[in-house]
Amino acid sequence: MLAAFAADRPGAVLAGVVLAIVALACLFAPLIAPQDPFDLASFDLLDAELPPTWQDGADPRFILGTDAQGRDLFSAILYGARISLLVGILAVVIQAAIGVPLGLFAGYFGGRVDSLVTRLADVQLSLSTLMMAIIVMALFRAGLGGEALSRFAVPLLVLVIGLAEWPVFARTARAATFVEAAKDYVRAARAVGSSDAAIVHRHILPNILSPLVVIATTQVAGAIMAEAALSFLGLGMPVTKPSLGTLIRSGYDLIFAGAWWVTVLPGLVLIGVLISVNVLGDALRDWLDPRRRVR
Amino acid sequence: MNAFASGLAFLARRFSQALLVMLAILVIAFAVRTSLGDPLREIMGQSVPESERAELRHELGLDAPWPVQFARYLGRAATGDLGTSIIYKKPTVEVVLAKFPASFELVLGASLIVLLLSVPGGVYCAVRPRSLGAKLILGVSVLGISVPVFLTGIFLITIFSVWLGWLPAFGRGETLRIGFWETGLLTLDGLKHLLLPALTLSSIMLPLFIRLVRGAMLDELGHDYVRTARAKGASPLRVWIVHALRNALLPLVAVGGLQVGTLIAYTLLTETVFQWPGMGFLFLEAVTRADIPLVTTYLVLVGLLFVIVNTAVDFVSLALDPRVSLEGTR
Repeated sequence: MLAAFAADRPGAVLAGVVLAIVALACLFAPLIAPQDPFDLASFDLLDAELPPTWQDGADPRFILGTDAQGRDLFSAILYGARISLLVGILAVVIQAAIGVPLGLFAGYFGGRVDSLVTRLADVQLSLSTLMMAIIVMALFRAGLGGEALSRFAVPLLVLVIGLAEWPVFARTARAATFVEAAKDYVRAARAVGSSDAAIVHRHILPNILSPLVVIATTQVAGAIMAEAALSFLGLGMPVTKPSLGTLIRSGYDLIFAGAWWVTVLPGLVLIGVLISVNVLGDALRDWLDPRRRVR
Repeated sequence: MNAFASGLAFLARRFSQALLVMLAILVIAFAVRTSLGDPLREIMGQSVPESERAELRHELGLDAPWPVQFARYLGRAATGDLGTSIIYKKPTVEVVLAKFPASFELVLGASLIVLLLSVPGGVYCAVRPRSLGAKLILGVSVLGISVPVFLTGIFLITIFSVWLGWLPAFGRGETLRIGFWETGLLTLDGLKHLLLPALTLSSIMLPLFIRLVRGAMLDELGHDYVRTARAKGASPLRVWIVHALRNALLPLVAVGGLQVGTLIAYTLLTETVFQWPGMGFLFLEAVTRADIPLVTTYLVLVGLLFVIVNTAVDFVSLALDPRVSLEGTR
């Protein structure tokens, strides 16, 4: 099955390989990274703004150069990508944990539950999720101050991005459940006396997993992008614990001084991850849904 | 009920919904103001004895129960008074509205680019789906979706401002004042400053709209009326443009309207990258300096904008397309 998928879509394989490398690098960041970018004592202002090794004036200790504080960019990117992926994945877990049960419920029982969930989802989606996240994080920032925000940045980002997009999962789960619930095997299960909970959990859920997996993939890309946007605005991860978005922001002023790498390199990593996730998601969707195959 | 009466009922329902949403936004803004902002600090600063504070608090009615305070807040809001900015020492509404032209012109520029590129691009992808050009356009648009808007801006600045030195990287440049409206559209310098931010903002909407136009066109091209028009001898170009495109644009209005919130968020990001002195830039400044009255005023005014555009989109799609359901279901 995997071989068929791979032969069908070389682009998706490449995307998968890129993601696997990034994920492994993030996982083993403490082993790979030459420096701990969160430890302010481990870097030196004298090393600030050194270019990557392929440029003149570089220092061989810093493969990708350093930022304005003398932080090794390679280490910072590894740790930053780690935070970005962590926040992205956890946020999607929350989205799914809220959205899937609600969608299953709405699709299986229909009626009032259904219209309530659908209405809630509609309202929430009509308020742009990125705007909502920006507003909520901005209020936290204005109310608590930058200090407190930076201490709780990870859980806050996960919660805000997670709560903002549950309707996407709810809608997908609802639509799929709706189709499954009308099928014979569900009726058969009911006839032999299975409870509603058992039917939903043991029979319907496994059958609607594939559209949920597809949605989850694209949602991870969205969540990573939202985290990066918030951090870029100064409403996410602090400079002392930078994610990719924070790195891009902190390097932004340096472009004009010629130190483009501090912003461009983390940016390229971010784009690489996002494109890979999106390509993989698109390929999964086409592959799992025969109606969408290229005509 | 005849069509006119049901149309009228629809308008009334939409209008009351809009009012309800605005009320909710005002409640939130009021809650934020009373819990985060200290109006006394806005007036007299930190170093004033507690007895004097209590006196002033009573004088200003700040010791009244919150429903009373909220009613007063609503009353003042109705006359356009949402407080005084701590940073600027001016009425917040005035401060925010002064930044509106900058944001509006940025969005206008971006929308023009989106419109000029997405309609021909989308139509082309629909009528020649197998061509190399169509595949290229769709491929690039997948790429466009994956590049965060602030990175597009940074890359454009790096290339066109830092390396090539062709275009300015920040600010609005030279502006002209016409009444209360400060425009950058009438000077060459202003237009030069607008180009990169507008391109950046359009880059994030463009892929979506190309896909939308393409999808809508593909739908329309499958209809019988297209075949009929072709059979009657109309040229393909005429059928695509006059017949199919006209119908295909209807859903665009609706979807375009749904995107207002997202557009505001992307505008905010673009303004941050280019230090564009618009409403979003002001909002972030207010947030970092904890100017709570300014923050809440931004929220109320952006909420108002959101509600106005959404309601207007409903009316426009009602006017354009008689098939739009009047029951409020999609």
